[in-house]
Amino acid sequence: MSKEEFNPKILGFLCNWCCYAAADSAGVSRYQYPPNLRTIRVMCTGRLDPSFVLKGFAEGAAGIFTGG
Amino acid sequence: MDEYNEGLAITRPIHIDYPQAVPATYFIDPKACMHLQHGTCKICVPVCRSKAIDFDQKAEERKIKVGAVIMSPGFGRVPDEALTKYSYGKHPDVVTSLEFERLLNPSGPFMGEVRCLSDKRHPHKIAFIQCVGSRDLGCDNGYCSSVCCMYAIKEAMVAKEHDPECEITIYYMDMRTQGKDFDAARTRAEQQFGIKFVRAKVADVMPWEKQLKLTYATMDGKHHFDGYDMVVLSVGLDSPTDAKNLAKIGAFELNKYDFCKTTTFAPLASSNEGVLVAGAFQGPKDIPESVTQSSAAAGLASCLLKQQRGKGVITKTYPAEQPVGEDEEVRIGVFVCHCGINIAGVVDVAKVANYAGEMENVTYYAESLYSCSQDAQEVLKQRIKEHRLNRVVIAACSPRTHEPLFQETLKDAGLNRCLFEMVNIRDHCSWVHANEPVAATDKSMDLVRMGVAKARNIRPLPEQTVPVTAKALVVGGGIAGMTAALNLADQGYQTYIVEKNSQLGGQLLEQQYTLQGDTVSDLLKDVTGKVKKNKLIEVFTDAELTAVNGFVGNFTSTIAAGKGKKETEVDHGVIVVATGGKHHRPETVLGAKLPDAKTIITQMELEQQLAGKGKTRAPKSAVMIQCAGSRGDDLAYCSKTCCNDAVKNALKIKGIDPKSQVIVLYREMRTYGYAEDAYREAREKGVIFIPYAKEQMPKITKKGAKAEVSFYDPILLEDVTIAPDQVVLSVGIVPEDTEGISKLLKIPINEDRFYLEAHVKLRPVEMPVAGVYLCGLAHSPKPLEEIIVQAQAAAAKAAIPLVKGYVSVEPTVSKVDQDGCIGCGLCESLCPYQAIRIQKIDNKRKAETIAASCKGCGICASHCPTFAISMGGFTDEQITAQIKAFGEMKEE
Repeated sequence: MSKEEFNPKILGFLCNWCCYAAADSAGVSRYQYPPNLRTIRVMCTGRLDPSFVLKGFAEGAAGIFTGG
Repeated sequence: MDEYNEGLAITRPIHIDYPQAVPATYFIDPKACMHLQHGTCKICVPVCRSKAIDFDQKAEERKIKVGAVIMSPGFGRVPDEALTKYSYGKHPDVVTSLEFERLLNPSGPFMGEVRCLSDKRHPHKIAFIQCVGSRDLGCDNGYCSSVCCMYAIKEAMVAKEHDPECEITIYYMDMRTQGKDFDAARTRAEQQFGIKFVRAKVADVMPWEKQLKLTYATMDGKHHFDGYDMVVLSVGLDSPTDAKNLAKIGAFELNKYDFCKTTTFAPLASSNEGVLVAGAFQGPKDIPESVTQSSAAAGLASCLLKQQRGKGVITKTYPAEQPVGEDEEVRIGVFVCHCGINIAGVVDVAKVANYAGEMENVTYYAESLYSCSQDAQEVLKQRIKEHRLNRVVIAACSPRTHEPLFQETLKDAGLNRCLFEMVNIRDHCSWVHANEPVAATDKSMDLVRMGVAKARNIRPLPEQTVPVTAKALVVGGGIAGMTAALNLADQGYQTYIVEKNSQLGGQLLEQQYTLQGDTVSDLLKDVTGKVKKNKLIEVFTDAELTAVNGFVGNFTSTIAAGKGKKETEVDHGVIVVATGGKHHRPETVLGAKLPDAKTIITQMELEQQLAGKGKTRAPKSAVMIQCAGSRGDDLAYCSKTCCNDAVKNALKIKGIDPKSQVIVLYREMRTYGYAEDAYREAREKGVIFIPYAKEQMPKITKKGAKAEVSFYDPILLEDVTIAPDQVVLSVGIVPEDTEGISKLLKIPINEDRFYLEAHVKLRPVEMPVAGVYLCGLAHSPKPLEEIIVQAQAAAAKAAIPLVKGYVSVEPTVSKVDQDGCIGCGLCESLCPYQAIRIQKIDNKRKAETIAASCKGCGICASHCPTFAISMGGFTDEQITAQIKAFGEMKEE
């Protein structure tokens, strides 16, 4: 992979009931998407404390994805 | 041939129908198997590593002793001749609605792209033809299939979502969108999606160059032609093919259309006692009603089996849970799954496992071929013991499907089931990065690292159960409430009925007879008598529910009853809401204010008049106005029952005096299901049905003492004015006050002020608040038969916590640290489930979680200003550890 290529680290928070389930379905349907996302499952995006987002950036995330 | 895709695609002889199939087990299609057809091949036997294929298996006949049988074989296909007359089978672009459904589906033959079967082009013009194989005496299906209008609208909307440029026209006789919120969907289809609705009978579909030519006749008698790329036949629901055989086996009767014969007052009981029916075999119906019927049938069966309840149940026992203390050394076992080639085909599993092995606190790591297999569970148990593991991380598939299985194994090994974390390297990795093995392996390693980081911080959580007060409270003493109460009492549970009026019966006290010809007072006398006699039922009349406290399994309610509004406090585990509805006397009818004339009455008033004894009780002439005050006037919605009531009373008039003139002015006759027979009978007996459009509505004016009706006759093509003996308004139904109970129980109501169920299709009689159930007119307008079924279903669902005797709580609930809590009440106000409340503890305001009601969403925890709330399994420490581990991701 060339160094110039944009290859961000993205941290995702996925709701167990919708987005996590959707990501499962994407797998079952074999949809292909870029491998830049690392996810944390929560029971609801209501669990998302704003500090988690800040911590994610502090740890070097290029972007935070929330799916709920 | 892929039968799941209606034969539109091909599949392998050994396959799973679709990913969500239950059981999700591969099976051999005998029609396609080389061995079963020709005695050759058998290659599958040696290649199956778990030796799961056995060609020597034979079907065996077994005898089982049961106390009740529920028949739910579903529906069958309409006869071919109903399809072939529209060129089905002659031209590949004429498809059935079932085939079209597969074409729309991402797992369908073209991966969700709508294409013509003839040359794979995208269709630009699609026509739907309604009532194919329904309302059609040509194929002996005189009934209406009830669901096709709604599914055609849905399919048309989905097709529009796929291709907004596509032109879609639905050719119909009557759009029967009579269900809850169905009319709103139709309006959306028309206004937002631009789907055209044409009231016309399609005579013919013929191949025409590359297209199909539709010939149709509109209301004015004119013929039209139009070309389409694709024609969808909205096929009806027929009785199942083996209905006659089933009836013979079950010794019950079928009706004239070969569906199971039942009665209005016992809609799910077949003619053979103990044999019950549920779903489309009882009559064509949609998903919510099928789900409701299945619950109701289960509840009725449960009444029959009361004596045997709990017998033959083997309770599983677990070894004592090994304590895992705060200071105890964290010993994590990581198991990385190959999932056959599903993961290992992409991800370097050995590399991931070795990587895990190097992490702090990981005392054991291994690969497994299928970590969910039975033998793998045994291995897991052994390893936990051998290596004294006190945390387990499994890197495999989705916790949504497999977490319970592994947690069960942990319990078998004496570990608390929460000492477990799953990392999804299949659905979220190997399957979606199939062409990037290196990146997928890196991602797996990152996810495992994050999982292990969380595992280090996992603590055992207590299994919580809450005991249940095995009593029920039913709000409303109409037919719905009484039916539910009787069912609960028959299952052995004490039940309180709270009735607003001084006597039981509700709306049914007014109704006289049904469309099917039953006398309503017979039912009312029978049910009221049974309720009064039943020792387990206590009735409060002139009563009102004034307070409800507690949660599922443990409610305490205050009932103010009698003239003096004496207050009684009762404890109960569940609540059934059956507060009912009433006829709405509209002020605005047909878009104008209703004039004041004595000859204007409602269907209910006409019914009471017709049920009397007087010789002149049938009017010499009557004009019935459908949708009076509904679907756009006072009320926005369709009340589902008024068309049936009009036909019922029109037939009654004709029965008393065949010379009476009855005209029914309607927008769409919604005599769905078997009521279509009565509609046809009414037409045969000379009742005149004249449709009116919303744009050209009839007018009611006052002329002397009488009311006069003028309307446009679309066949005569001119305006007609008559002053009949009686103008009969088919008025809609509104719920009784729902706001009070809605506030008391914190349950939602919809725009039309009916209660809103937890899930329209999957949980049609449950409320979003645990332990609260719903039935009857308070849910939506519906005929008697459907009310009875819904009440039985609500009772069946309400009995579940009562039978269990306890409510189990997922350990992933919120917990308040009392020392940290400042009693601000933010959590209480934000909680969507009323699962956290402020209590006075030592005179200080402190929040407290009601574990039984908590759904674990974590809104309270994320908003707590003092971080005093933690979520079981999703603590701040755990999530922070995961985020930190994310940060250790190697830079590219």
